[in-house]
Amino acid sequence: MGWFKRDKEGITTSTKEKKETPEGLWHKCSNCKTVFTESDFVKNFYVCDRCSHHERIGSKEYFEILFDEGKFTELDANLSSGDPLKFEDTKKYVDRVKATQKSSGLKDAVRTAHGKLEGMDFVIAAMDFGFIGGSLGSVVGEKIARAIDKAIELKCPFMIISKSGGARMMEAGFSLMQMAKVSGKLGQLAENKLPYISFLTDPTTGGVTASFAMLGDLNIAEPKALIAFAGPRVVKETIGRDLPEGFQTSEFLLEHGFLDYIVDRTELKQTLATSLKMFNN
Amino acid sequence: MSTYLDFEEPLKALEEQIAQTKEIGDSTDVDMADKVHALEQKLAEKTKEIFAGLTPWQRVQMSRHPDRPYSLAYINAISNNTFQELHGDRNVKDDKAMIGGFGLLDGETVMFIGQQKGINTKMRQYRNFGMPNPEGYRKALRLMKLAEKFGKPIVTFIDTPGAFPGLEAEERGQGEAIARNIYEMMRLKVPVICIIIGEGASGGALGIGVGDKVVMLENTWYSVISPESCSSILWRSWEFKETAAEALKLTSTDMKNNKLVDEVIIEPLNGAHRSQEEMFGIVKENIKNYLKELKAIAPEKRINDRIDKFCAMGVWE
Ligand SMILES: [Zn+2]
Repeated sequence: MGWFKRDKEGITTSTKEKKETPEGLWHKCSNCKTVFTESDFVKNFYVCDRCSHHERIGSKEYFEILFDEGKFTELDANLSSGDPLKFEDTKKYVDRVKATQKSSGLKDAVRTAHGKLEGMDFVIAAMDFGFIGGSLGSVVGEKIARAIDKAIELKCPFMIISKSGGARMMEAGFSLMQMAKVSGKLGQLAENKLPYISFLTDPTTGGVTASFAMLGDLNIAEPKALIAFAGPRVVKETIGRDLPEGFQTSEFLLEHGFLDYIVDRTELKQTLATSLKMFNN
Repeated sequence: MSTYLDFEEPLKALEEQIAQTKEIGDSTDVDMADKVHALEQKLAEKTKEIFAGLTPWQRVQMSRHPDRPYSLAYINAISNNTFQELHGDRNVKDDKAMIGGFGLLDGETVMFIGQQKGINTKMRQYRNFGMPNPEGYRKALRLMKLAEKFGKPIVTFIDTPGAFPGLEAEERGQGEAIARNIYEMMRLKVPVICIIIGEGASGGALGIGVGDKVVMLENTWYSVISPESCSSILWRSWEFKETAAEALKLTSTDMKNNKLVDEVIIEPLNGAHRSQEEMFGIVKENIKNYLKELKAIAPEKRINDRIDKFCAMGVWE
């Protein structure tokens, strides 16, 4: 696992990490097609140095970026999905889960952890889009609920990094009720006067938007992320015409009053620390 | 003119036969009483047979039956026409797909809220097919807070094909509006009863669906997505709606068995739409019983029980 040290000039990778990075790996920006060395790209937080495009990353990368020295304790790492409905579409749900676990190396669509952020205790739940589209199933709901309990126990702030296509259809009613479950737990966090930061990243849609992603004491987002309740395709079909430029982007939501601020990933940790200190002071 | 679903057709035939036989009896001297009686018995048996074996997809069809009563019909009947509608979210506009207001339940003030579908083509447009915009959810929350302030219990009627996926809805924060309602309903200090009377589609339903008692009428559905949309996404075709309806376990019995709703209210044998008065009576009695039960619990405990109930939902290993 790579890890980072922060100094005044910004981020530098440790010597150990440099050695581990294989030579000759390149990253091509999926937006402007500029090519960078993988290590430069990682150093720049997976953000294109030329066009500022934020490449989608997962819990692993966010934990590395946010927790001091990349150190954290993962919570409930082994929680894995059941198959309460014996769901089968073109594929059995159990098989789909197993295959995804194998290909992604993840147990489900969220990882939760506690660690320090600039010396402050902090609990983060980070969603992984790579696991069935970051969909909200029982495991996601339960892990977030337990992470909130951890934040209450540690009396520290809590953050969810949302990145999800919405509900997990293969868990049907169970999936829907996770929206209620997490919202209920967030109420308990609020009762304990602990801040909840909702960090919305590309994409945040459906049931996640219609529950915890919009309930932050602060709602913050990465630039140009898609944030929606109904996805653009559905809205376009409903209104029967093209959508305006920039519709349902972070910038659009900021303009319409649903976000506190947009933060570049390269400044995320610093900006977040500033916000958290305002609460902790 | 009543509408008959395909699987209701045998009933239509029998009902017509009965009517004809009666007419013959009335217009001639022939005594048709025995024949009518026999036909009526046959109708009763057939009714039982058809409605006992409904498939999940047929239940979905029942939940959307054009003759099925909508929220206002329940509210007016239950409140004995004392319902006084209150309008607007105090911000943008008055959403016609969401209705609410105080009414009396045998003398006791109750806040009634519900999604409202239209009863004819013109009204369906007016009610936006029961698909609320953010201001509908915000109106509902305003009214729930009003009820809480004055210690009045809340009853919501859920009947929506979904929250409206329009451009303005997104601009005005459909997601935020639903999220806020879920969050706030979890912590309301007064008893909250939520009844699914037709369609319970996803977040649009849950937006007024967090309560101490969440109950489904027998012939309704409640899930994270409609069978049609599920079919189109998972099977990449609209043709698998029946299969999707089965797979989603969206019927009242399945939802109860999975402990995702508290109770099922059994409908009159031929469905809520054919015995409306009886249905209203049953729902009213149930609401009264729930209220009695819930009022005996201290508000603090009621809220904790509500949160615990939803927190227990889910299956993992
Ligand atoms: Zn670029």
